[in-house]
Amino acid sequence: MAGIPYLSLITFLPILGMVIILLIDSKKITLIKLISLIITFSQLVLSVILWINFNYKAVGINDPNSFQFVEKWRWIEIKNLVEWIGTIKIDYFLGVDGLSMPMVLLTALICFLGVIASWNIPKAIKGYFALYLLLDTGMIGSFLALDFFLFYIFWEIMLLPMYFLIGIWGGPRKEYAAIKFFIYTLVGSVLMLLVMLGLYFSTYEILPDGTQVYTFNMLQMMNPSNYSKEGLLSPFNPHNLRFIAYIFLFIGFAIKVPMFPFHTWLPDAHVEAPTPISVILAGILLKLGTYGMMRISFPVFPEITNQLVYWIAIFGAINIIYGALCAMAQKDFKSLIAYSSISHMGYVLLGMASLTTQGTIGALFQMFNHGTITAMLFMIVGVVYDRAHTRGVNDFGGLALQMPVYTGIVTVAFFASIGLPGLSGFISEALVFLGAFSSDSIRIIAAISTLGILLTAGYMLWTLQRVFFGKLNPKWSQLPDVNKIEIAALAPLAVIVIFFGIYPSPMLNLMNSSINKLVEVVSNAPVVFSNLSLIIK
Amino acid sequence: MDKLGNILHSLNFFYPEIALTLTFFILLLVDLFFRKSKHLLPVLSLIGYVITGYFSFTTPNASGFLFSTGMANVGLYITDSFAFYFKLIILLSLIYTVLFSILSKEINESTENRGEYYALLASFGLGMFLLTSSTDLITIYLAFEMVSLSSYILAGFTRKVPRSAEASLKYIIFGAVASGVMIYGISILYGLTGTTNIYLINFYLANQNYNTLTLVIAGLMIIGGFGFKISMAPFHFWTPDVYEGAPITITAVLSVASKAAGFAILIRFLKVAFVDYAATNLQASLWAILPGFQWNDILAVLSVLTMTLGNLAALWQNNLKRMLAYSSIAHAGYMLSGFVILDNQGILAILIYFAIYLFMNLGAFFIVMLISDKLGSEDIDDYTGLGYKAPFLTVSLTIFLVSLTGIPPTAGFIAKLYLFAALVNTGWLWLALVGVVNSVISLYYYMRVVKNMFLRESISTYEQKIELGHVLISFSLLIPTLVFGVYFKPLIELAEKSIRIFGF
Repeated sequence: MAGIPYLSLITFLPILGMVIILLIDSKKITLIKLISLIITFSQLVLSVILWINFNYKAVGINDPNSFQFVEKWRWIEIKNLVEWIGTIKIDYFLGVDGLSMPMVLLTALICFLGVIASWNIPKAIKGYFALYLLLDTGMIGSFLALDFFLFYIFWEIMLLPMYFLIGIWGGPRKEYAAIKFFIYTLVGSVLMLLVMLGLYFSTYEILPDGTQVYTFNMLQMMNPSNYSKEGLLSPFNPHNLRFIAYIFLFIGFAIKVPMFPFHTWLPDAHVEAPTPISVILAGILLKLGTYGMMRISFPVFPEITNQLVYWIAIFGAINIIYGALCAMAQKDFKSLIAYSSISHMGYVLLGMASLTTQGTIGALFQMFNHGTITAMLFMIVGVVYDRAHTRGVNDFGGLALQMPVYTGIVTVAFFASIGLPGLSGFISEALVFLGAFSSDSIRIIAAISTLGILLTAGYMLWTLQRVFFGKLNPKWSQLPDVNKIEIAALAPLAVIVIFFGIYPSPMLNLMNSSINKLVEVVSNAPVVFSNLSLIIK
Repeated sequence: MDKLGNILHSLNFFYPEIALTLTFFILLLVDLFFRKSKHLLPVLSLIGYVITGYFSFTTPNASGFLFSTGMANVGLYITDSFAFYFKLIILLSLIYTVLFSILSKEINESTENRGEYYALLASFGLGMFLLTSSTDLITIYLAFEMVSLSSYILAGFTRKVPRSAEASLKYIIFGAVASGVMIYGISILYGLTGTTNIYLINFYLANQNYNTLTLVIAGLMIIGGFGFKISMAPFHFWTPDVYEGAPITITAVLSVASKAAGFAILIRFLKVAFVDYAATNLQASLWAILPGFQWNDILAVLSVLTMTLGNLAALWQNNLKRMLAYSSIAHAGYMLSGFVILDNQGILAILIYFAIYLFMNLGAFFIVMLISDKLGSEDIDDYTGLGYKAPFLTVSLTIFLVSLTGIPPTAGFIAKLYLFAALVNTGWLWLALVGVVNSVISLYYYMRVVKNMFLRESISTYEQKIELGHVLISFSLLIPTLVFGVYFKPLIELAEKSIRIFGF
């Protein structure tokens, strides 16, 4: 294994693809598509190789030595030219643990299937796939980066391609949706930028030669002994601003999740985006928000996380119920799925807030499952929209007879979304509730949130009934069933959803040791942090 | 040392300025004899600037004041690495302006008097060179006027175009008021301290009693004068009109070089004259200011005002040049915020910001120039669908605009990063917050251009043939904009070396 920079390969392969595509004549459409397909497929293969070679015992989270496939080298180093500036260093630091591995798999998978779903994109093929691959790099890089600065760069790289992908290939209100997405996420990222700088000026890393330098290294930020005494965000500083910083950072991630009340960009973006981009948006981008919370907010600010889990759970519950109620009221199939995404991301927040291993594993698994299930749902909407050019839920009826294969796949996706036992959604939601109920502080919120399951079943079944059962609207009597390309995109996801519904262990084992550690780091934190501040006093 | 000896000695450190002066004269003379030749003048200008650059690099910094007045061993002029850095920026933007002018239809077709154009550009450059290095209020004022007078004429150079003439006139009126106010402030300061040398002013202020109110009034007036040059609110009113009306090459150089010179002298004047050396540890980065005149609080308010007004006004603009004018006001506001923290980190951030701003802003103006030469319009609505007609130019413009917004992986992000880092590190959190919120606002209007170019279908019959020169110049601006976004070490090192102001 040693010697091959797997993580850099998996991150920058799409950039390579992008460069190749930019050099090709824009008329060679098939070639461009094939290159994208090959690139994303190799990425998927690489991520599976990582999974096969993954050491399930290594914990990661805040322990620099147990990350896997680590690549770390000096990216920027500015030696001490002027006394008062000191040395500046930024590392190129990639690594995976049980928290990021499932997300890398998810990203590689969804990006690959997204290319298949993009096969019939109508215009500007070259630009589309170039931007698509750039987006791919941004997403994978964000999941792999362990240096805050690097993370931030990857995080921002996603914005521009996404803006164009929604804005150029989107629906009628694409301009509004694209800029709204851009502005919302940029607000989040500039808040994150401030916190990043605050953390940078509060943490020291000791270099081999004994000098102390400020660091962007996330893992160093998780270790209280690296904080300076007077740093703005140092727990030792009696006037520290860690609480405000936590809120800023949390808002930055919450916008991406999207957590109520920052969710309003999502229905617009989803409804206007072309199908594959909706798939990417729901399947991967939203996960970056909750991933960021688990990767950065929780272990870097454990003591504040402990204070605020109650509120996180409340917002999770609001997301679940509010999202479900909104979904129920939608007449547009796509915006119905968009609101169901908001609802389902609420389970992730609830599971994380439980601060138990089951709940947090449930949350991470829910992220993976929501990624696959919602990707299916958006592709399903895409299939029917491509044929009927309408997405009104009430315009259809009786499609089951007309499109039997399609309806079969739809049923799998819908039931997985509802959380039917035997499908993957059930496992993760069950774990989330298991964790939430076993946590004393949020038990009541968990109880209220169960209402969401009922509502989900309600709107999903109702939709199923309106679109697929009943009398066939004669207008649609010519609709063909799913074609091969669509099956190629949908079938793998259906298989995964069923497989992990029956046998979730491979995924759960993958997450187990890291999540255990994460929960331990966060729940033991108050002692660690308050002890240290006592010593200072 | 006798006076003549002193002057002769000083000339040894004055080669760059001498080279610029000679360039100016040669351009005027050559124009008399070779009016017909189209490319001779710009080529001569370029040669002159390259020679100036060569001398700037080879001439060492003087160990003391130049052109000493014999009194108390102080002088009118100094050469230090701080001035060198700004001279580099000024020179680079001059070179780019000449290159732009060669390609500009506006300049080549609208006027016969190209000789004056290039000569005035050189004198404009000379004025800015002098401004960055002056240490005496008299030389500061003279250099200031030299910059102003040259730029008044240049702004109105395509005088047959009504809006250009209007721009020039507005510029003169505002400029005259600003310099009048400034010279009044200077005279009050002279009355208060009995000297015009900024180092001596500091000495008197630190050791003698003075009337605080008078000092504040004088200081504010002088800041107002400098503020006019850097288009700081509330002295920014001329900027949109002049930037819109002036030939685009001149707008480009005004927005970068003249602003750089203004910043250089603003920083030098305030840092030298109003810092309490007795209470400042010169090895540390933080300075203390003399009691009585809390100029940094005033500048903090003005900086917030500048960036917010600039950004909010830019939201409503339909003319791209005018929008870039407001955006340049906003950028002046960001940079100003680096100064108010009274810390060398802030100065470092300003230096870095300027170098990056040079590339991204000139880049944006260059592309706008090329497009408007063909399109005949700078209206943002006319850019609709251009992304599909002129992909190279529009993609380049997008990169420059994204960089101006400050989004990674472009250099504009590094500029903002260093600025906000300095603000956060010195505890000016509210200012950092205002800065980032402003960056988000700016996204909207920069993206509006991008939206028109790419998100909408084309309506015009625009066609553009890309020439080699366009591509080369675009790349020479694009590469720094992108490379400094991911590998900014060389730039930071240069800026760190240049932070030293003479006497510190």
